Amino acid sequence: MSESIALLTIFVLAAFVGVEVISKVSSTLHTPLMSGANAIHGVILVGAIIVTGATDSTIVMIVGLLAVVLATVNMVGGFVVTDRMLEMFKGPGARKKELHK
Amino acid sequence: MIPTWAQIGYLVAAVCFIVALKALSSPRSARTGNLIGAAGAVLAVIITFAAYKPNHLAPILIALVIGTVGGVVGSRRVQMTQMPQLVALFNGVGGGAAALVALLELGEVSSDATVAAIASAFTILVGAISFSGSVVTFTKLQELMTTRPVTFPGLPVLFIASILGGVALSVWLVSDPRVWVGVLLCLVGLAIGVMLVLPVGGADVPIVISLLNAFTGLTVAASGYVLGNTLLLVAGTLVGAAGTLLTKLMADAMGRSVFNILFGAVRGGSTLG
Repeated sequence: MSESIALLTIFVLAAFVGVEVISKVSSTLHTPLMSGANAIHGVILVGAIIVTGATDSTIVMIVGLLAVVLATVNMVGGFVVTDRMLEMFKGPGARKKELHK
Repeated sequence: MIPTWAQIGYLVAAVCFIVALKALSSPRSARTGNLIGAAGAVLAVIITFAAYKPNHLAPILIALVIGTVGGVVGSRRVQMTQMPQLVALFNGVGGGAAALVALLELGEVSSDATVAAIASAFTILVGAISFSGSVVTFTKLQELMTTRPVTFPGLPVLFIASILGGVALSVWLVSDPRVWVGVLLCLVGLAIGVMLVLPVGGADVPIVISLLNAFTGLTVAASGYVLGNTLLLVAGTLVGAAGTLLTKLMADAMGRSVFNILFGAVRGGSTLG
């Protein structure tokens, strides 16, 4: 029982952190932030790997592998597409450097 | 069960995610923040392989490669104007993955772990809602279907009936965790997701994507609870909380209320504000 209480405590504290860290976001960054957060929940990949790796049943393995593919698309694609969006937000310094290349 | 060094590694990954969200909130540090998040995710996956030593290593690695190629090619090829629908699609597959993981967990949940069964039911229902809702937002933004609000007589009744059905099936699943009840719950979730997004007008769709993003975060958190995995719990909760606030901030920036965006057309009002 004490383990569930520990997990519940982590859940509540993480909820406060989640609200707090983005409370000062500038409105131009709404879409990249959404996309970045979207990439972070792709970490369900960890769960997909754990479930797939622990089974002996073929059907569970097949469904699990499907979950691995979907979660990887979410995670990898999410970070790449966020990076592309943020290319547009480069500071003037970074832009100059690229011109000199 | 999980070695201490892996727990500490998960903690580092969780801190990476918090720093990433913080850095993404400011134009100066946003790009670095995204890279920190990616580093945390890679670290988490490596730790998982090392700590859990999963069977079927080769098929899992092949699935990882397929997903990576799909994600990179999809996000590199897309045009700037199509990015919102791509984010919707990525969110949808993430929700789908969470629902599948929860379905597979059903077999493992012992009958006395009521809270874990509740978390599984929640993940299956909400993950399915997030998946089908995201697919509908994708087809709207990609203009594969009309971007105008779609309603039909009886939609509110059907919607409420589906939600009640979903709750009833969830209760059934908690009292008697059988996989076929889970599959049924998944189907109801898919229907709810479609009905949730159909009445939303094209201009409001990004806000709905943000809301579904928060939903997926919460499903990941619930999965973390069931698996006893603190990283999934923290990462999912962070995204769920940040996503909920972000949805409100986005709606405020457009001078709209989230309730109106979701249910304006159903109630007969204009969704154009």
